[in-house]
Amino acid sequence: MKKESGGSALIRALADENVDLLFGYPGGAALHIYDAIYQQNKVQHILVRHEQAAVHAADGYARATGKVGTVLVTSGPGATNAITGIATAYMDSIPLVVISGQVASHLIGTDAFQETDMMGISRPIVKHSFLIQSPEEIPEVVKKAFIIAKTGKPGPVVIDVPKDMTDPNHLFDYQYPKDIKMRSYSVPSEVEVSKIEEAVSLLEKAKKPVLYAGGGIIQGNASEELKKLAKIMNAPVTNTLMGLGAFPATHENFIGMLGMHGTYEANMAMHEADLIFALGSRFDDRTTNNPQKYSLNAKKIHLDCDYGSIEKIINVDVSLNGDAKKILNQILNKIDQKNIDKASIDLWNNEILNWRETHGLNHDLLDKKFHQKQILPQQVIQSLYKSTNGKAFITSDVGQHQMFAAQYYKFDEPRKWINSGGLGTMGFGLPSAMGVKFAFPDEDVVCVTGEGSIQMCIQELSTCMQYGLPVKIINLNNRALGMVKQWQDMQYGGRYSSILYEDSLPDFVKLAESYGHVGMKVEDIGELEERMDECISMKDKLVFMDVYVDPDEHVYPMLEAGGNMSEMRVSKTKKTF
Amino acid sequence: MSHISILMENQPGALSRVVGLFSQRGYNIDSLSVAPTNDSSLSRLTMVVKEEESVISQILKQLNKVIDVVEVQNLSDVESVSLEIAIVKLKITEKEASKIIESAFPIVGEIINHKDEFVMIKLIGSNHEVDDFLLSLNKQKFLEVTRSGLLGMGTGENFLISESETTIEY
Repeated sequence: MKKESGGSALIRALADENVDLLFGYPGGAALHIYDAIYQQNKVQHILVRHEQAAVHAADGYARATGKVGTVLVTSGPGATNAITGIATAYMDSIPLVVISGQVASHLIGTDAFQETDMMGISRPIVKHSFLIQSPEEIPEVVKKAFIIAKTGKPGPVVIDVPKDMTDPNHLFDYQYPKDIKMRSYSVPSEVEVSKIEEAVSLLEKAKKPVLYAGGGIIQGNASEELKKLAKIMNAPVTNTLMGLGAFPATHENFIGMLGMHGTYEANMAMHEADLIFALGSRFDDRTTNNPQKYSLNAKKIHLDCDYGSIEKIINVDVSLNGDAKKILNQILNKIDQKNIDKASIDLWNNEILNWRETHGLNHDLLDKKFHQKQILPQQVIQSLYKSTNGKAFITSDVGQHQMFAAQYYKFDEPRKWINSGGLGTMGFGLPSAMGVKFAFPDEDVVCVTGEGSIQMCIQELSTCMQYGLPVKIINLNNRALGMVKQWQDMQYGGRYSSILYEDSLPDFVKLAESYGHVGMKVEDIGELEERMDECISMKDKLVFMDVYVDPDEHVYPMLEAGGNMSEMRVSKTKKTF
Repeated sequence: MSHISILMENQPGALSRVVGLFSQRGYNIDSLSVAPTNDSSLSRLTMVVKEEESVISQILKQLNKVIDVVEVQNLSDVESVSLEIAIVKLKITEKEASKIIESAFPIVGEIINHKDEFVMIKLIGSNHEVDDFLLSLNKQKFLEVTRSGLLGMGTGENFLISESETTIEY
């Protein structure tokens, strides 16, 4: 048995967890660990330019692969810089293990150089955290951290490692545990038959059902089961922002994303439904509008791996707490197509089609050859969709571009749409694209961003050069913080408080070039599609495509604050209420 | 108002996770008492929480999600007993103190210290009894009080004990 130090045991434990990539940034308290990384070749360390980006990159990797993303940062500012990334992963239930260096045990609490209370600062935004108290416990803690991060409702786990715990002179026998014992942790799986029967009975009786699927279906790898259920019932399916791809967007039963900027037909269907089956979605405020006025005529079934998400916001008739795949299979075994009210559901699907015809999204904005001066941001997404055959991994930042991408890029597969839905973290797009590209070097990976968001983690252009990551950056440049501007237009009388840059924007083409990448600027709708093809076809280059879009475009539909799900603005001049 | 009993791992950070959950989610704690049990790897808490039924149900779910929490029991859902301990310091004579204690029945009181012109009384009772006792005191003579917060336990077979460890393979 080879002896290890705490530092080398930590890295060896990661290798035993089949970790291939560790995103991070070195510093004093983590130096023993970095020395251990140098002396092995199983775990590759990726040096980012800012710890926030390390966490987002690991997060993008985790979302795209379904594996646990892994991060290593130093104490103090290294740890605090990681916080935004950890909170982002926490809100979207992404499995991460974040290892933070800490000052030596005897210095904790003395305000030592680069000391911060990482356990305290991260507590509300982690699924769990560990402070290493002896080097010998490192293998077991790593094992526990991975299990906790990945099982049940996934989430980030922090391991805080005081420097003396990794002392290279303190050696011990290393053994990686096969399993672990935890009296205080359990994972729900199947549910009792009576609950399945209640749910099936409601599904079979429904005349106006909606399957409302969220990120839990992606995390729970239950897309196939969802498709089977939709087929048996011929039921309309809507996805949340986090659930895009859980059900194929080009499927005839798909009615689009719901919520704040969901499609007219999806929001109307939620309002008029007589049964809502929430699958791995949590009735987030962006998808319910006013909970008091939410879908009052609908019976509700809620399937979620998180017991705490059930009846947190909306009371339900049947709750199914457990693993989505297992529970959906239990339902599929019970439900009988003969009992489905086919005639009523056909009528219901027609009603939804009518809504789509009234105020649905126009997915053909490129074909119509608009004689417009400015490029519409929606056209850029449609052009991207065409150039990538709808098959790319799309990461995004936060704002209007995120909503346009969600609305107009038709995701047919899970794990292809990578965005910060819960926390809404600007700066997420580029580093998460790096994580995806590391995992899928042969796939198109595109970061759809805006000139506001991209500048929050733009330093990662350097990381992309170092590791040869030919991601594509599509910058919807409207010369303003667009989503804030939209709200200021609609609710603050057009008073543009602090959203303009006053000619201080960099020349993004030159900026990309200075990092050794390719820059492109597009201002003319006539050349958009050709340049997009050119951009996507440069497989071995990072291309930064700076597209000047109409600065006055708003995202619609938009739910009216405080209203029900049918109360929407569908354009600058039209509203449904 | 609910009394919640919690069994949790007796390790650093565990209490802050439980208490932090309350501030993080905007729940109010009325009182909290905590100490290790006969099994020194476990701590037991009793919490008094003044929230509506729907919020209590959310609190119980969120507490169950905290990884250091082993078991949670809503004492308000089962038959249970509860009591509080208080120490009161008064500026009175020992004779006056004895009189106060006698008249305070059913609350159990006892003089535990007498130094200079100050007397300390130990009280054991329900929290209403302790409230009533404190209200009855002469404000000029009543100097300070410390209360344990409520301690509670389910009666009969309403146990709050740790189930055996579950082994998780992966």
